[in-house]
Amino acid sequence: MQPSVSIKDLSLNFGSVKVLEHLNLDIAQGEFIVLLGPSGCGKSTLLNCIAGLLDVSDGQIFINGKNVTWEEPKDRGIGMVFQSYALYPQMSVEKNLSFGLRVAGMKRAEIDQRVKRAAEILQIEPLLQRKPANLSGGQRQRVAIGRALVRDVDVFLFDEPLSNLDAKLRSDLRVEIKRLHARLKNTMIYVTHDQIEALTLADRIAIMKNGVIQQLADPHTIYNKPVNLYVAGFIGSPSMNFINGTLDGEIFTAEDGTRIPVGAYEFGGARTGAAKAVLGVRPEHIFIGEAAEGMPFKADAEIEIVEPMGSETLAWTKVAGIPVTFRCSSDIPLAAGDKVVVGFDIARGSLFDAESESRL
Amino acid sequence: MADIATQSDQVAGDSSRPGPFRRLFLHNLSAKIAAIPMVATVLIIFVGCTIWTVYYSFTNSRLLPRNDFVGFDQYERLFATSRWNVSITNLLLYGSMSLVLTLTLGFLLAVLMDQKVRFESAFRTIMLYPFALSFIVTGLVWQWIMNPTLGLQGTMRGLGWAGFTFDWISNPRMVLFALLIAGLWQGVGFCMILMLAGLRGVDEEIWKAARVDGIPTWRTYISVVLPMMRGVLVTAVVIIGSGIVRLYDLVVALTNGGPGISSEVPAKYVYDYMFGGGNIGQGLAASTMMLLTVLIIMVPWAYLEFGGKGRRS
Amino acid sequence: MSQTATMSGAPASAPVPEAGPRGPKPKPFFTPKRIIIYTTLVFFSLYFLFPLYIMVVTSMKTMPEIRFGNIFALPSALNFDAWGRAWTSACTGLTCNGLSPGFWNSVKITIPSTIVSIFIAAVNGYALVNWRFKGSEIFFSILIFGSFIPYQVMLYPLVMITREMGIFGTLPAVILIHTIFGMPILTLLFRNYFASLPQELFKAARVDGAGFWRIFFEIMLPMSLPIFVVALILQVTGIWNDFLFGVVFAGTQNLPMTVQLNNIVNSAQGTPEYNVNMAATVLTGLVPLIIYFVSGKLFVRGVAAGAVKG
Repeated sequence: MQPSVSIKDLSLNFGSVKVLEHLNLDIAQGEFIVLLGPSGCGKSTLLNCIAGLLDVSDGQIFINGKNVTWEEPKDRGIGMVFQSYALYPQMSVEKNLSFGLRVAGMKRAEIDQRVKRAAEILQIEPLLQRKPANLSGGQRQRVAIGRALVRDVDVFLFDEPLSNLDAKLRSDLRVEIKRLHARLKNTMIYVTHDQIEALTLADRIAIMKNGVIQQLADPHTIYNKPVNLYVAGFIGSPSMNFINGTLDGEIFTAEDGTRIPVGAYEFGGARTGAAKAVLGVRPEHIFIGEAAEGMPFKADAEIEIVEPMGSETLAWTKVAGIPVTFRCSSDIPLAAGDKVVVGFDIARGSLFDAESESRL
Repeated sequence: MADIATQSDQVAGDSSRPGPFRRLFLHNLSAKIAAIPMVATVLIIFVGCTIWTVYYSFTNSRLLPRNDFVGFDQYERLFATSRWNVSITNLLLYGSMSLVLTLTLGFLLAVLMDQKVRFESAFRTIMLYPFALSFIVTGLVWQWIMNPTLGLQGTMRGLGWAGFTFDWISNPRMVLFALLIAGLWQGVGFCMILMLAGLRGVDEEIWKAARVDGIPTWRTYISVVLPMMRGVLVTAVVIIGSGIVRLYDLVVALTNGGPGISSEVPAKYVYDYMFGGGNIGQGLAASTMMLLTVLIIMVPWAYLEFGGKGRRS
Repeated sequence: MSQTATMSGAPASAPVPEAGPRGPKPKPFFTPKRIIIYTTLVFFSLYFLFPLYIMVVTSMKTMPEIRFGNIFALPSALNFDAWGRAWTSACTGLTCNGLSPGFWNSVKITIPSTIVSIFIAAVNGYALVNWRFKGSEIFFSILIFGSFIPYQVMLYPLVMITREMGIFGTLPAVILIHTIFGMPILTLLFRNYFASLPQELFKAARVDGAGFWRIFFEIMLPMSLPIFVVALILQVTGIWNDFLFGVVFAGTQNLPMTVQLNNIVNSAQGTPEYNVNMAATVLTGLVPLIIYFVSGKLFVRGVAAGAVKG
């Protein structure tokens, strides 16, 4: 099947600053893609290029097989939702939704029908005559989505749409966007710096850094098999524990001399001889007490700080001379100063080459 | 909240409970002493002098103010004086033209400046520098340019364009346009700066949304951006409007009210009667009319501002 | 399908070059839109620059050149005679001492007026933000509304007040009047500025036991340099350009430059000397122009701050 959006060899420079470099990305029909990364990584820039709001320096953009590289935004078959909502403040909700269609000269009946459908889908019918100033943040964002909806387009672009909302509303609208996608089955490209949004919404996540896509994969793969140190450290909260050392065969030797057998780890490629490496283990893959028994690596450790989070507890300790966080059930009584045995689930860990920083 | 403040005052005061005297005078004493100039200005000048002027405009004061009340006599005489009637007609005509043109040109230039032009700061410097000059300077330069024999008209005729006419300062029917040319020259740049600040204040994403919606640029300016600039527009109208009512220096320098009385304005009428004509009552009545004009401009504005705030909260 | 994307700049698989548009959309250098924009801007720039050019050029011509040449023509030589005469010997109706007395009068008026008005307004703004007392906001509102009352309304009572004080027709009267009428805009400027400073600073100083004046001089003033510069520009140009208050309150010995300039041009006897007139005009406009060109963005900020936030 033809990809919905296809980006070929895209580059963008502002003067001598390279924002995007030779970027390639194919997005399938109906796919929900999240572009994730810290600010300044180029994710919003990429979205603006797809929308046609920024002129590219090199490369091509195809939407539904049509080369739209030089097309105006309105002719690309896209709808866009912005972080600040960008509603026209002096127009009622109904006018906001219909303004673009009226300017395009569409028939009144058709406009009414589209506005009605969008309002029904987003449950904003009672708000149609209100001005944006009299709407709550969540309602405004729905209207903004509605404005994309009435355009009856194949591709929806979201530019950090939930960043201006408070935590509670954010999680509500997140579910709603997911429901909307399930109902409309449009292609959606969604930019965020919030990894929870990315992990919960995406079919696939593209993690970006310095204008380059670091990894493009489904959330499970991104979380469990990060391709490099950057992705591993970016995804997950609290972040993955990293131990520097040397890898020789199936033995990883930490800098303080602690030997960790990594035979259970599933290597991706051919292994070379002894080399500097980094072992990464997520906090939830470190166990204590009985659960630690079967683990390939165990160590004695003293709890330094305990952070009860309600459903679970985060604990800080030192293993191989390095501060390590782990997560355990809040049922386990833990206190600072407790001596425990911790076990690493090496099979679910990650090993990276210290030089290239990529996954071994 | 107020209770807490009072309590802490008691602690700070350390001695007996604060009485009403203490509360009113000694609390924040330094601040109150420091505010005396402001309070005095407000009470004596802005309130006191204004009331005094309105009050004495109902007397027949001539060389000195007198408590001899004559009701609306001064106002009747005022509106029977052709010079006053010319003055207010001029103010009305000049004012409406000046207001409309300043706003339109200011907005137009601001929109042009907003199109990512090169040398933006050079253009801005050129357009705003007249605003730094005195009205006297502005008036005298334009008086020279419009000099019928040696100015622009003489030059153009000398170059062979015999029909060229630019004698506006000596033509009673055109003299207001002479004032307008000079007034716009001084004020349009300021209006442009205000409008440009307003335009730059519009959220970038609004523009993006309009582009995705396929709204042409000009349509976005008119239907989306202009309505969003209501605050800036109102401010500009109030500032330009109150400047127009005060119009004095420019007239004195450019035409001195002439030819004849064809470019007289109320502010000049007031000055001439108060300090030149020895007819204070007339001057006061005329200045009270000026006050009334300003109130007519200001009251709707104040209503909008405060009404707006009330609705927002 | 879930391929690991490219790690480096080079694409994983060489992209198949596709036909059709690629790279930036080509834009002609001269579009009709650009041409219209620049033509309009240049046209208006000429309108704004024209008087400056005429003023300077005329001031350097000789009278025969003016009488027989055209107004656009450049002077035959760089000739500052008219400037000299405008400065030292042009007649203002009665006396023939040129503009120089007016210049020094303007200096004597502008410097103290600027200092006093800014100091009082700064204290006002500080008190309004940090030491609110009962009614302080009401006084401030009346102050702002008062700034829209035409000066003519308050002019005569002010003459009487200054006469009672025994200062009518002297420098202190003009300084007082400038302080009064500069107060609304300057107070607004300082109030907005102090309100934008973090309140915690003020609270911390109070907790440390500092009083009204100590906080003002040691905490607030050192932080307010930018707004002082803005206020300075606003006041120096405003007071320098004033005509009405100078004419009414200064007295014949202290008439400011603008008044003397108007007298030179509009009430001089005999044949008008246009070159001297224009030289005098340039000289009077020079001070605010220099301030404007030197201060650049700060002038714009003063103009916009006074208006937009109000």
